[in-house]
Amino acid sequence: MENRNFNEMRGEQGSKAWMLADTLQLDIVSVEGLIFSGRAKMVVVSAYQGEVGILPGHTQMLSTVQPGEVRLIKQDGSEEYYYISGGFLEVQPETVTILADTIIRAEDIDEQLAVEAKGKAMEALATKKYGDYTTALIELTRAIAQLRVARKKRR
Amino acid sequence: MATSRDIRTKISGIKNIQKITRAMQMVAASKMKKTKDRMFASRPYAEKIHQVITHLGRTNPEYRHPFMQVRTAKRVGYIVMTTDRGLCGALNLNIFKKMLIELKQLKAQNLEADLCLVGDKADSFFRSIGGSVVAKANHIDNDTGVKDLIGAVKTMSDLFVKGKVDSVYVCYSKFINTMVQKPDVIQLLPVTVSHTEKREYIWDYLYEPNPQELLDGLLRRHLEAQVYQSVVETLACEQSARMISMKNATENAAKLIDDLKLSYNKVRQATITTELTEIVSGAQAIEGG
Repeated sequence: MENRNFNEMRGEQGSKAWMLADTLQLDIVSVEGLIFSGRAKMVVVSAYQGEVGILPGHTQMLSTVQPGEVRLIKQDGSEEYYYISGGFLEVQPETVTILADTIIRAEDIDEQLAVEAKGKAMEALATKKYGDYTTALIELTRAIAQLRVARKKRR
Repeated sequence: MATSRDIRTKISGIKNIQKITRAMQMVAASKMKKTKDRMFASRPYAEKIHQVITHLGRTNPEYRHPFMQVRTAKRVGYIVMTTDRGLCGALNLNIFKKMLIELKQLKAQNLEADLCLVGDKADSFFRSIGGSVVAKANHIDNDTGVKDLIGAVKTMSDLFVKGKVDSVYVCYSKFINTMVQKPDVIQLLPVTVSHTEKREYIWDYLYEPNPQELLDGLLRRHLEAQVYQSVVETLACEQSARMISMKNATENAAKLIDDLKLSYNKVRQATITTELTEIVSGAQAIEGG
């Protein structure tokens, strides 16, 4: 909470202070809770038109977020991976806010479950045993994206 | 004067009630934990999305979403959040009081109100006092998610977009802490931001995809998030208010039992004294005779 006020305060000043900063304030929230809040050197998200890497000082942007990976490089250089199912992204020169529908840390993805979901979705598509084509396709993309994030983390 | 037997029945009756209120207090306490967790978990999202919308209000976009259209009010929509069940102190009553004040103010300005009721209590209250009800959402409990409210929210936002109502408010119980709940009214539509603050330079977002699509999604999500948040706040309020009022009820029952026990003993002693006096005076009469 204090963090946020601090940022708002700085935002209101709107000075050139952000041009000097080498990190940005990143907040990732979903309906289930606050997922991440802290400084990051860079954050990579799949925006509407494709993957974007956001560095401090980026121009203001509002975008939808495609299902896929969120990668962030923290202040100490360590990386974190998340799987996001969709949502919105707001970029201000020194703050980035990701409003996620659902988001899972790569470590928390149940790979077994994702593999099963992928298999099920592929089978449904192959045998045409699905209620709705788009839903089935979305299921499949979701499972594949989750797997990709989970495997990347392991590497 | 009540006989000792009457008082005994009364005491045992109150003891039974006390057992029930104590059980309800404990149930509410454990439910409160869950609802509070849920409320605190979703608060950051509601706050952040509101913050984004606030930023959006500071921009100078070439496109204005219907949700942001400010019109002079002729009709006002209210979403009233109450609980399904009673026995939670003055929680719902405070909401109704707040609503009555709001409605009175509207009437003074010759405005009319459309209501969307959430929770059984609002339903029965407005059925008795009247009012134009456009939507209802009942059976609000811990499993209530965003999808259960979409219908009610959509009715209201559609009315707004069609110009049937010119602003939409939500009246709900705000969770301050376990002891304090405050009825609160917030404006949902139109999405407005105060332009009082000084703007240093004119800017606008890069929108991906186009502003229409993006803002539509974002503003709808914002609306849902605000309504969802007010529901979970109301639920958390319900449980904590119930816990407190049941705790009071249990304590009051204990006090009542103490008082009754005192008068029971008095009655008992009085009977014994009378009996003794009778015996003694009887014996004296025999001796004397």
